[in-house]
Amino acid sequence: MLKVNNVVEKLGFEIKIKGDIEKEVTGCYISDLLSDVMAKSKDGELWITLQTHPNIVAVAVVKGISAIIITNNRDPEPETAKKAETENITILKTERTTFETAGMIYTLLKSENIL
Amino acid sequence: MNVTDIIEGCYQLMEGDFTNAGVASSELKSILTKLGVPLDIVRRTAIAAFEAEMNVIIHGVAGTMHYAISETEVRITFTDMGPGIENIELAMKEGYSTAPDWVREMGWGAGMGLPNIKKNTDEMKIDSAVGEGTTLEITIKLRKDAPC
Amino acid sequence: MEISKIVELLNGQLVVHGSNKTVEIETVCSTDLMSDVLRFATKGTLLVTALNQAQVIRTAEIADIPAVIMVMGKAIEKELTELAEKKDITLISTNLPTFTTCGILYAEGLIGCLEGQ
Repeated sequence: MLKVNNVVEKLGFEIKIKGDIEKEVTGCYISDLLSDVMAKSKDGELWITLQTHPNIVAVAVVKGISAIIITNNRDPEPETAKKAETENITILKTERTTFETAGMIYTLLKSENIL
Repeated sequence: MNVTDIIEGCYQLMEGDFTNAGVASSELKSILTKLGVPLDIVRRTAIAAFEAEMNVIIHGVAGTMHYAISETEVRITFTDMGPGIENIELAMKEGYSTAPDWVREMGWGAGMGLPNIKKNTDEMKIDSAVGEGTTLEITIKLRKDAPC
Repeated sequence: MEISKIVELLNGQLVVHGSNKTVEIETVCSTDLMSDVLRFATKGTLLVTALNQAQVIRTAEIADIPAVIMVMGKAIEKELTELAEKKDITLISTNLPTFTTCGILYAEGLIGCLEGQ
């Protein structure tokens, strides 16, 4: 079983907000459109996005996202960080692009037979 | 410099008009390309103009884009009747946005507009007051040695 | 990598074929936010997006992006296709989600855009 903290260690993400990092990772979803995430993402998926506003936390809670990964060296907004702390949602940060992050996670999930 | 040396144009911009958003910038890009302006300068100008166009269409109620191309520079002025910018310093920060949620679902409103404009232009002036609208003037040098 | 190979890898459909038949793609930008395309995408990059609006083509034109991949089998309106044809931008459609699309292209050696970061 692959957990959020395993992904953090193996791929080198910065933990901005530490939620439940023991949560199992079931896959990965990429989108900057909240309506798409609401419609298509699955419980336990990592969510890669460039969005940093507070609504991403609400979406993550509702959809059971295992961790939000914000790319391109972006920080969550202060309000977003506060909400994530309250809701126990993990927010990770990386200076890599969405494409590179996706590629590395894809390779990892394949090697773990999750994909 | 003679008056005939300057090429000018003007476009109307309407809030919410996403269908035509980008038409003005696209035409300006074509004009600059035809004039033989170096492609990297054309690209920077087009990006800055497009971002500024989107700002008016997202926030500005109604406005205009006016460009003037001389031998040494292109100057583009955006004027709108929108709500004005309350805190310009904050608006210049990447990620800071006052756009409503529905705009985010259209692919905009991520708070990159003004920082993107600044990054791609040689000079940027904003004149804005809450309740009175905004005027944005950007200048891009067409030659590396041109005075500003 | 050539467009035809990308279409094949993604089990995709070539909706609009731009006139530049020999364009070689080396970098990929994946985003649904157009300002980020303007900020981070370099000239000649392939854009992967789920935003099925005409804005995508306008942004691609401004940012010198030769080809766009519309993922998740998103419906592509006639207006979008016509604009892509008019602006000579290659448009590919795939049923794969963004994550799988990026993963496959990454595994084939394409890289992300780093300019401006």
